[in-house]
Amino acid sequence: MKVNDLILKTATNVVSFIIITFSIYLFFTGHYTPGGGFIGGLMTSGGLLLLLLAYDLETVQSIIPFDFKKVIATGLLLALGTGIGGLFFDKPFLTHTYGYFDLPFFGEDTALATATLFDLGVYLVVVGITMTIIQTIGESE
Amino acid sequence: MLDIFMLISLIILSLASIGLLYRVVKGPGVTDRVMALDAIGINLMAITAIMCIMMNTDAFLDIILVIGILAFVGTVAFSKFLERGEVIERDRNR
Repeated sequence: MKVNDLILKTATNVVSFIIITFSIYLFFTGHYTPGGGFIGGLMTSGGLLLLLLAYDLETVQSIIPFDFKKVIATGLLLALGTGIGGLFFDKPFLTHTYGYFDLPFFGEDTALATATLFDLGVYLVVVGITMTIIQTIGESE
Repeated sequence: MLDIFMLISLIILSLASIGLLYRVVKGPGVTDRVMALDAIGINLMAITAIMCIMMNTDAFLDIILVIGILAFVGTVAFSKFLERGEVIERDRNR
């Protein structure tokens, strides 16, 4: 039976992009203001969950063709890699560093820290675990 | 002066939340409870904003948006469960 939920789908198409943009904002402001990888990942999976609610599992898997278990592995590898990176410079494990670079779009003296890469690992793990749990529970009949 | 206004607003919002809590406990149908919980979430956004002004900080402004998103997603999930009996479908045109 075809159901008519035009209002929900139209609202979802707009709102999910706002939620995902807000989650990326939360991820990048984590260094100086409240936010970070954990809440950013949770908000991203909230936006994807809204897509899952308005559409169905197979449609969402066809527009976002990620295997979310591999996303978890990528995030863990990224966090481990930033930890090991300190060992190559005769520093202890998980030593982080930062520097100031002149980037063309973001202006001069943009601070880039390797803690962002660790945070990206946290972000990917949180998105992967949340979406794996939701999809596994959703497709069990 | 501003503090007194903020306190009065907090008291009014708390009374409104207590009224909504009465509807959550007493409400005859499930839909009444879902709507009351959604409105409690929106009251919580207003209380967070007023606490931001009273504590003279802007650290909680993100939380307002997070509560709004969570209230919306939660209400959509509840309504879909009430309408169709399952929250996430495998194929919606079946």
